[in-house]
Formats: sequence, C-alpha cells, structure tokens
Amino acid sequence: MFDEAPKPLVSVRDLKMHFPIYAGLFRRRVGEVKAVDGVSFDVMEGETLGLVGESGCGKSTCGRAVLRLYDITSGEISIDGREIGAMPQGQLRPMRPTMQMVFQDPQASLNPRMTVEAIIKEPLDEHTDLSEADKRTKVAELMDAVGLNRKFAKRYPHAFSGGQRQRIGIARALALNPKFIVCDEPIAALDVSIQAQVVNLLEDLQEQFGLTYLFISHDLSMVRHIATRVAVMYLGKVVELAPREGLYAEPLHPYTKALLSAVPEPDPSLAATTERIILQGEVPSPSNPPDGCNFCTRCPSVMDICRRVEPDYREVQPGRFTACHLYNDTAEATAGLEAHKSTNKEKIK
Amino acid sequence: MTDVSLSKEAIEKPRNQWWDVWDQFKTHKGAVFGLGFLIFITLFVSIGPLLWDVDPGKLNIRNKDVRPIYMGLFDSGAKVNWANPMGTDNLGRDIMANIMQGGRISLAVGWTAMILAVFLGTLIGVLAGYFRRLDGLLMRFTDLVLALPLLPLLLVMMLLFRDPLRAAFGPENGIFILIVTGIGITSWMQTARIVRGDVMALKEREFVLAARSIGTPARRMITRHLLPNVLSPIMVSATLGLATAIITESALSFLGLGFPSDFPTWGKILFDSVDRMTAFPERVIWPGLAISLTVLAVNYIGDGLRDALDPRIRGH
Repeated sequence: MFDEAPKPLVSVRDLKMHFPIYAGLFRRRVGEVKAVDGVSFDVMEGETLGLVGESGCGKSTCGRAVLRLYDITSGEISIDGREIGAMPQGQLRPMRPTMQMVFQDPQASLNPRMTVEAIIKEPLDEHTDLSEADKRTKVAELMDAVGLNRKFAKRYPHAFSGGQRQRIGIARALALNPKFIVCDEPIAALDVSIQAQVVNLLEDLQEQFGLTYLFISHDLSMVRHIATRVAVMYLGKVVELAPREGLYAEPLHPYTKALLSAVPEPDPSLAATTERIILQGEVPSPSNPPDGCNFCTRCPSVMDICRRVEPDYREVQPGRFTACHLYNDTAEATAGLEAHKSTNKEKIK
Repeated sequence: MTDVSLSKEAIEKPRNQWWDVWDQFKTHKGAVFGLGFLIFITLFVSIGPLLWDVDPGKLNIRNKDVRPIYMGLFDSGAKVNWANPMGTDNLGRDIMANIMQGGRISLAVGWTAMILAVFLGTLIGVLAGYFRRLDGLLMRFTDLVLALPLLPLLLVMMLLFRDPLRAAFGPENGIFILIVTGIGITSWMQTARIVRGDVMALKEREFVLAARSIGTPARRMITRHLLPNVLSPIMVSATLGLATAIITESALSFLGLGFPSDFPTWGKILFDSVDRMTAFPERVIWPGLAISLTVLAVNYIGDGLRDALDPRIRGH
C-alpha cells in the first residue's frame, strides 16, 4: 500500500437517501427519488476528499446526509468513531460541534436580519457557556482568521460582497473548532478571482486547525487543486474513488474519462489534439434508474452484462475504487498494475 | 495576532442597534406624523378628561343640539357656546367629553383585540408552517373559522356569555373582555395564513439549514430565524387589524350588542348620529375623523417601522 494507513475520521457505508414522491388525488406514495443510492467512502483524518459529478447527481444531498441534516433512508455513518446514521436528531445535538458545513450560496445561507457578529456567535450561543465578552473576543478572532475586518462585526450580510459573505459562512463553521467540515460547492457562486482566495483560505485553515474536508464541487480543476482524493458520483452512486494524481492521470471508469475530457484545455495546441468523449443522451431520472449499471444508457464502452448486473464497487487497484464491469478481470491482475502505477506516481512527483 | 489596542477597540460595545432603527424611522415622514398624531390622540383621550372634566353622560335637555363653535363663523344665528366647543347631541351631552371617553374604550378595544389577533395568528401560522404534522390540522381549523359567518357568531357569543361575564367582572370589564376576545378570535385567520406561507418559504432557505447544522433547536429556530423574517407581513396585518377591530366594535355597538347604551365609544357615537346626519354633520365627522386618522396614523407607523426594522433598507 502507498498510503501510510491513516485512520478514517468519517466513514460512510452504503448510505441511501431516498425522497418519497407523492402524487394523485390521495397523495399516495408512488415512488421515490434515489438521490443517494448506496454510497460508501472514507475520509481520512486531515485529508480533503473531493466529491465531483454533474448537476443533480446527488453530491449536495450526500454531503447533507453525511451531516445528518436529513433523516437518511439507510446506511451507516460514523464520524470520529461514533455511529450517527440512525441517531435521532435530539441525540445528535452534542455531536454537532465536531461536524460543520459551509454552504453553496453565501447570500442564502446567512440570515439577512442578523449582524455578522450574531451569525458567527450563534454556534457559540448554542454549544458553549462563555460570557458575552468572551464570545465577542472569539468572534473577533474568527473574523481575523478568515480575513474579515473586525470593525464589520455589527454590519448585516447584505453589505458584503460574495467572497466576504462566504468568509462569514466559513467563520461560522469554524466557531466550534470542528474536526470535519463539509464544503458544499463553497465556490460555485463566486467570481473566479474570489474562488482562488476562498480556496486558499480553506487550505490555510486546514493547515492551521488540522481540518478534514469533504469538498463538494463540479469544478474539476479546483478539486484537482485542493483534494487529496477524489470521488466521482453519477446518478446517486460513487462510480470511482481514487487519489488525485491517479484519477486525473489515468481515469478508470468510462464516466470519469468523459468527465475529465470535458475540462477545457488552456493550451490551444494541446486543445486541438485532445479528443473529447461526448456522451449521448440524458441522465436517467433518479426516480427510475436503469437496470444494471446506472451509466449503461450512455456508456461508450457498454457491454451486455452492464444492462443486467449492477457492478460491485470495489478496489481494483490499491487505493483505487471503481464500480465498472470493465475491470472485472483486472482485480486479479492488480499486482502487475501496481508496478505500473508506482512508476506512474514517481513520474508525477 | 493583532495588537492589544486594536482588539480593545473592536471589543468595545458599539452603539445600540435601536438608534439605527430610530434614525431610519425618522426619515419616513408619514410615520413621524403618524407617531405624532397617535401620541396626541392617546394623550387627548387619557389626559383630556382630567382637564375637561365634563361628565360625558350628563343630560341637559335645554342645552341640546348645540352646534360646534366654528359654526358661529358662517351662521350668526347658530346655537353655539364656549362651554361645548364641539357641540352637544340631541340629549344635550357634550360631544368633546364623549369623544374623549369613547376614544379610551375604542383605543383600548382596538389595541387589545389587535394584539390578541396578531398573537393568535402568528402562533398558529408559525406552528402550521414549521411543523408539517400540525399543518393540516391547524389550516383546516383556520378554514373552518374563516367559513363561519362572523357577525352572527359574535352575536351568539354576546348572547351566551354576556351575563356570566358581567356577573364575574362587572358590567364594563365583562363586556370589554367579551368584545376583545370576540374580535380577537374571529380576526386572526388572515395573519395565520400569511405567516404560514412565509414560514414555509423561509424554512427551505439555506440559513435555516445552516442553523440546523449547528444544532439550533426548533424553538430558537423560530424566535431567532423565522419570526424576525416574517416581521413585515405581521406588521402589516397588525396595522390593518387595529382598524378592523375599532370598526367591528362600532358595528357591534350599533347592533346593540356591544357596550351598554350609556357607554360611549367612537363607533357608537358615529352610529347614533347617522339618522340626523344631514342636519348635524359634525356629529358624524368628529368620531369618523378620530377613527380614520388613528387608523391612518397606525398604518403609517407600521410602514415606517417595517422599513426601519429591515436592515437591507436601513443600510441606505
């Protein structure tokens, strides 16, 4: 193994989040949207796991379900050694300081009627019994940490720019010294110039406070920058999970290949030569996924078995997981690939 | 991190937020006029009777049908005197004293019934909007009350409960409680519906999700995140509610089911004078003016307060 076997801080097993659909005259349950349908992954302590995929594939739902903002359909989630998958919301409250979230839309995630100070102070009000003065000092420290001027503490969110608002959201997430932060597309609503600032801030904070991130994004180049390992989701399932270098250099799953080939290439001479994999058709409805592999309707290398049997999600190379029938026979040949991969890794380094 | 002087300066408590609210409120001219008029009318009805100590119920048949003092300007033959500047009615009771006494009752009924209705409406609206399992029950109950014909309901309430309440609290307090509860519990439905709709929309916003990720319990979620954000529609229905309450009380008095006949309220004075309106228009104008100006003033204050309490507007 190449990993020095760090222990997982968060481990998710077969997480399912199905939303019921009610229809008809009597509002009967006619089906369910399988937003997250059997997802398993570990997030190691101190690492950043990137979670990528196209719109509507269940990334955000997955992030929220891991924090138990929803009552999950089934599955196990353990954070910091405690199983929280089936815990009722009331008992979850003491666990909340360990896990926090940074939201996608910094405009919507801040209460417009509260001052910045009140927003950042809210977690302290809920979980600590510090005096008012201590809380105010802590808020000022947090504002320093995320690069906001302390003088703005009494202002309201509408007076800030998008990047500053996102910093307020990050300061709120940091207030309780969490171990694990889910960043739900924290940069999607920001300008490109601000995106870099916020991502760098997140990296600095990770170093400073020893944070672990689940970084949800659809921006592949940003994930390449920040993530240690990357998980690719398609239609409610993780199709591939691999260390960053391996995934970007040599994607295994056909969907990952297509996704990566869609990243624009800045060098025009290279851009002319790279071949894009254009996927045909639409993403199937998550309320009615196809039989067999979820990707079989659009896969360029589809086989007969794909339409009948759902591929197992398994480790096909050390540290690399994928759910694809193409690698059914490679599981045994791992040894050969391992050698190939180690040379590959050295090249990258 | 930073030096001590800077952190001290930052920690120093800045000026109270309510000063900002007041500054913004002052920029709304209508609201300032409204507040001025409301203070004036409140003082007029509360301190007025102390200065103008004429018994509003005292009959003086010889001195009946006195016109207000300004009529002397147009009509030298008009019956005017300085002892009754607003005139007297057909039984010789002083109109100014009656307006003061009636204003006390009308304002008290209006404010109390409005506060009761807004409280009920907000409570039911928030509960129905926030807790999904209560929604069906509470909203069907709201529909039920909305579907009831209110005036007959009030009349039945008056008939059923007037005597026991009178016996328990005395004739005036008993009828006051009856009227206030009657109006309060029949006018909360609009507020409840508006608040429910707004709470349901707010509940899906990300800042509520963020609060949930912090672990904020439901009661503080409501008081900290939802109520401040539904303040505007509540304020609007409160100002409208005050007007409705004053007018409903007038209607009840007019039907003879409100306060006893020797007990003036603005609405009663108004309705008592309607049949001789052409000969003595001032008897309708005085209470009518008092009702409409009070309602207008409260509406403007509500408008100004709504703006002043919204930090997005206050900032500019």
